[in-house]
Amino acid sequence: MKKLLIVAAVALTAAAANFSASAAEKLKIGFVYVGPVGDFGWTYQHEVGRQAIVKEFGDKIETTYLENVSEGPDSERSIEQLARTGHQLIFTTSFGFMDPTVKVAKKYPKIKFEHSTGYKRAENLGTYSGKFYEGRYIQGMIAAKMSKTGVLGYIGSFPIPEVIAGINATMLGAQTVNPNIKVKIIWVNTWFDPGKEADAAKALIDQGTDVIMQHTDSPAAMQIAAQRGIYAFGQDSDMSKFGPKTQLTAIINNWAPYYVRQVKAALDGKWKADDTWDGLKEKMVMMAPYTNMPDDVKKMAMDTEAAIIAGTLHPFKCPIVDQTGKTVECKGGTHLDAGQILGMNFYVKGVDDKIPGK
Amino acid sequence: MQLVLERRAERSTLIAIASPLLAIVLTLITMSVLVAIMGKSPLAALWVYFIEPLTDPYSLQELAVKASPLVMIAVGLSLCYLANVWNIGAEGQFIVGAVTGSWLAVVTNGTDAGPWVLPAMLVLGAVGGALYALIPAICKVRFGASEILTSLMLVYVADLLMDYLVRGPWRDPKGMNFPTTAEFDPVATMPLLVDGSRLHAGALLALIVVLAAAVMLGRTIKGFEIRVVGAAPKAARFAGFNANQLVLFTFAVSGALAGLAGIIEVAGPVGHLQPGISPGYGFTAIIVAFLGRLNPIGILVAGLFLALTFIGGEGAQISMKLPLDLTKVFQGILLFYVLACDSMILYRIRLVGSSRKAAHGSV
Amino acid sequence: MGLFEAIVLSVIAASTPLLLAAAGELVVERAGVLNLGAEGMMIMGAACGFAGAWLTGSTFVGALFGIVAGVALSAVFAVLTLGLAVNQVATGLALTILGVGLSGLIGAGFVGEKITPAVHLYIPMLTDLPVIGRILFGQDAFVYFSILLIAAIWWFLYRTRAGLVLRAIGDNHTSAHALGYPVLKVRFLAVLFGGGCAGLGGAYLPLAYTPFFIPGMTAGRGWIALALVVFASWRPLRLVAGAYLFGAVSILQLHAQGAGLGIPSQLMSSLPYLATVIVLVLISRTRASAGSAAPASLGMVFVPDR
Repeated sequence: MKKLLIVAAVALTAAAANFSASAAEKLKIGFVYVGPVGDFGWTYQHEVGRQAIVKEFGDKIETTYLENVSEGPDSERSIEQLARTGHQLIFTTSFGFMDPTVKVAKKYPKIKFEHSTGYKRAENLGTYSGKFYEGRYIQGMIAAKMSKTGVLGYIGSFPIPEVIAGINATMLGAQTVNPNIKVKIIWVNTWFDPGKEADAAKALIDQGTDVIMQHTDSPAAMQIAAQRGIYAFGQDSDMSKFGPKTQLTAIINNWAPYYVRQVKAALDGKWKADDTWDGLKEKMVMMAPYTNMPDDVKKMAMDTEAAIIAGTLHPFKCPIVDQTGKTVECKGGTHLDAGQILGMNFYVKGVDDKIPGK
Repeated sequence: MQLVLERRAERSTLIAIASPLLAIVLTLITMSVLVAIMGKSPLAALWVYFIEPLTDPYSLQELAVKASPLVMIAVGLSLCYLANVWNIGAEGQFIVGAVTGSWLAVVTNGTDAGPWVLPAMLVLGAVGGALYALIPAICKVRFGASEILTSLMLVYVADLLMDYLVRGPWRDPKGMNFPTTAEFDPVATMPLLVDGSRLHAGALLALIVVLAAAVMLGRTIKGFEIRVVGAAPKAARFAGFNANQLVLFTFAVSGALAGLAGIIEVAGPVGHLQPGISPGYGFTAIIVAFLGRLNPIGILVAGLFLALTFIGGEGAQISMKLPLDLTKVFQGILLFYVLACDSMILYRIRLVGSSRKAAHGSV
Repeated sequence: MGLFEAIVLSVIAASTPLLLAAAGELVVERAGVLNLGAEGMMIMGAACGFAGAWLTGSTFVGALFGIVAGVALSAVFAVLTLGLAVNQVATGLALTILGVGLSGLIGAGFVGEKITPAVHLYIPMLTDLPVIGRILFGQDAFVYFSILLIAAIWWFLYRTRAGLVLRAIGDNHTSAHALGYPVLKVRFLAVLFGGGCAGLGGAYLPLAYTPFFIPGMTAGRGWIALALVVFASWRPLRLVAGAYLFGAVSILQLHAQGAGLGIPSQLMSSLPYLATVIVLVLISRTRASAGSAAPASLGMVFVPDR
């Protein structure tokens, strides 16, 4: 019995010793995910980015990820735990982690934090996001070309500026092809709920829309569209697996180059808190291959993409007219400026809906 | 030959003491097997889950932060359960308390209100929770409707109500249209006990609640009434205890405590009202109540223990890549074992021969 | 496809998992046992059902896996509450938490995979009928099974002696025991049956509704199934109406948005729950006259005296 106790004590101590390992020379990097890595959407793409830095930097780094971290008070503890266990660079990948990240960043000024899709920064807290609206504009043009009923279906998550801007960009692009294009929007009030997204897709299709776009993260809508023989766009990642004959293209969140860049900066000691907002040009936003469409539509899409990359075309080029018919003030010269897009709180003309809660 | 359950002549005190320990040991064994199946070291997992969080001040503080709402709600629930009244809607009462208390924070936000704001918020939270809990209570007393189901349904209603408020009327105008209220002013925030940590006065309040409940149950007439009505309803009726009044009382108190926990959580660790303020506290508190054997001190211990599993589980995710779901499995299994072992206090299992079976007919 | 037909099809799909799970729970509660673990059993059914279908390529095998998962989990519940006379509320909740956690562990490896969804019936001529064609003749096996299940349960409860015994046990287990009915055995079987139905209802989601598995994909449907049983006053035919009503509210709420009606979605989403509370109050008030209230022994512990 005594021997057993001794063995147990030794074993426990040995196990404990494993967990007091120091950070050593490797740079420890932490990722906080809001969903499961297999969601094939938002979190999946961040995970792809993490795997890219693992591949790129091999032995020089060590990464940890926490998935399914809910955006409530517990997230602060998760972020802080990463900070306390020697992680020197921490990426928090959902808007809802903003305030917890701010709080933890304040407590650990020596640790570098990066928060995606947020707007609060500090000396050691940077933000990064993608100009997803560029992809939406292209999608709008394609959708208008491919729609026979002239009504697009849009599954919205929350009526936040990013989503509103996405709807607006879609409509602006669509209106260049069909000035009378219409859109029906259903708000599912979640980023990720396959059942609800499927129901919303069905409802939109039943109400006469024939192209489905989404700002939610699961492939459910694509799957329904495939079942009904309707076109759809993938979101966050290439969803053609769920609708090989259905997906026209998808907006792919390509975080890998950004993560590689930031990790390299951290390794070189050159990291600084920034506000990065990259789009098609920098390849943070990428379009999945244009499929299931006639060649002329494909050419139009590719030309538009090239124009956006070259800077000759801006999705929010002025004049922009809002729902009430008023022309929106053009603060960026020839197009809306970043602040206006990031805080977008109005629909452009042509959207019949009302922003919920306004 | 078959196994039958037989009521003991009297409670077995030996088992009453040994039961929680036995349950814990059984749970640890089961968990070790599960972890081994998943290809990880069981000893390492046990260390990370149970010992590591106790080894440094930060984790201990987080333990208190996480345990406070659980203990507060569970104490309230225990009053109901002792009286044989099944409040399953603590989650909803938690949310409504958070909402009613937050109302004051939202309307005074940005104005230079005085330090009366926070205490007023707490009172509003408790009152809100109590009123919300009285709905299923009244349905039971007046109409005989099952309080289990009414209180449960109201959880969803509360959740949707809060969702509506933070997306609509109460949404922070500077919050970029995200569903959250403005950050609460300092006068509307729980004071911290330890600078630099998240340990706030709510922990003290939870302790006070535990002591108050212990005193009430052990030394007051009300407490006696509650215990008798639950254990021996006929005797209670004979003694003139008004069962209906006790239903209302216990529901109101437990609703108040849940509501108080709600507003404390919002005014403390979170700092504003948003969807998802409760990771299921109302339901986890039910487990805590049972683990604590419906006894205030026991609930304090059980609450800390369960909080330990939450924090240990998060640590396990970081250092051992064990999924968070394992914590839920652990909690479910622990409750199973505790319930099973506890049943041995009142009953024993006997092997009964077939001849006896024939003599007694069926069953 | 017309809008009406389309909406009805969506409603049927949304209602079927509720109907399957609630049907089983109805039998369990009629026997006097309250199993609050429906959500845990459903999500386990979803995880194991998807696993089965993905591993073998057969939806049928997946459904079997789902049923077995539900039965296994409910067996644990039965042993505790019937064998050891443990409190049913606490055990049911523990079951839910265990089921949710376990399903997450099991299903984690399958997230991101997809399977072929259950096939829909197609009878030439009949399925092509306008409006009613697909509604009546174009459903998948789960939908037809759910209707047959309710019909079978109705017949069992009200037209067989065994069903009468079960109901008697649910109403008064002491008298039933005195009459020599095998209270524990009947309850045990009822609980297992309920578990299988819940597992099947959960399996429907990844096998037919959205053909992939996501942790937590039942999203509270188990709790709704519990509410449904009460809403239906523990009567099978009313259960069908209730299930389709609940499904309809969730679907119509989306359509209302798409059509631009300004009703807050949260209000519409809360209607089923509010309705259940109101129904509970109403039926409990008329208990004396209508006699359509809860089984009187529901949730009470029973230990046969020796």
